Amino acid sequence: MQLSFKQQKNTLIVTLTGDLDHHAASNIREKIDNEIQRGSTNNFILDCSKLEFMDSSGIGMIIGRYKKIKSLNGKFYATHLNSQVKRIFNVSGLDRIINTYSDNKAALKNL
Amino acid sequence: MIINKMMLKLPALSINEAFARSVVAAFILPLDPTMQELADVKTAVSEAVTNAIIHGYGDCEGFIFINAQLTRDGIFEIEIEDSGVGISDLPLALSPMYTSAPELERSGMGFTIMEQFMDSLVVDSKPGAGTKVRMVKKLQPRNLH
Ligand SMILES: Nc1ncnc2c1ncn2[C@@H]1O[C@H](COP(=O)(O)OP(=O)(O)O)[C@@H](O)[C@H]1O
Ligand SMILES: [Mg+2]
Repeated sequence: MQLSFKQQKNTLIVTLTGDLDHHAASNIREKIDNEIQRGSTNNFILDCSKLEFMDSSGIGMIIGRYKKIKSLNGKFYATHLNSQVKRIFNVSGLDRIINTYSDNKAALKNL
Repeated sequence: MIINKMMLKLPALSINEAFARSVVAAFILPLDPTMQELADVKTAVSEAVTNAIIHGYGDCEGFIFINAQLTRDGIFEIEIEDSGVGISDLPLALSPMYTSAPELERSGMGFTIMEQFMDSLVVDSKPGAGTKVRMVKKLQPRNLH
């Protein structure tokens, strides 16, 4: 799993590439937390356009980052979910906590 | 009629989560599963293997055994077994959002996902002896000749 960071309109955009499972989660968590700490922005978009697979380890990782962003009074959105990731969001109830958008533009508009 | 079987023994290493998913996906591929069936099976396998690694064995070494079979009419059965610590309160473990490892940012949704994504889930566990997860999924008959 790889990740990349981009800053846009007071928002940290994190793009995940590959599979988000337990094996990947701890490393991803650390890198995202470092970037949140380093950055000056509190809003967060998790861009899933290149996320191929996610299981419940991803849910834990996402909720942890969501709580962090909330504690900084920021907004947390997820975009571009594929059908497998969407199902995980749905079954876990994550989609009731986190607003999802089809693309980053739509998410940025709602900040 | 059984058209294929597999047995796999893996060390409980997190790198094998992706490996187990891929192997099982390749195993059901001859039945030409839908994208969703493939994704469901991969997710359920990932959950069970991850549980064996984190909860079953924790920081200890051990092996995970995967047994699967496929029938001509599209019944896929899989057992994922560890000889780790086992589960003392099974109903509690199976309940949505319960996790014994919140400090590891676990969500407690693993069993719920296995239940939802497969047609049946049976968990057999003895404290101190290990855990066996048995799951069945009926694949849509599409390419069975
Ligand atoms: N193979 C296993 N060995 C021992 N305990 C297990 C095993 N699988 C699951 N458990 C127990 O069941 C609980 C719930 O599992 P699960 O629903 O996958 O949530 P999570 O993995 O997020 O904790 C775990 O927290 C653990 O206590
Ligand atoms: Mg789990």
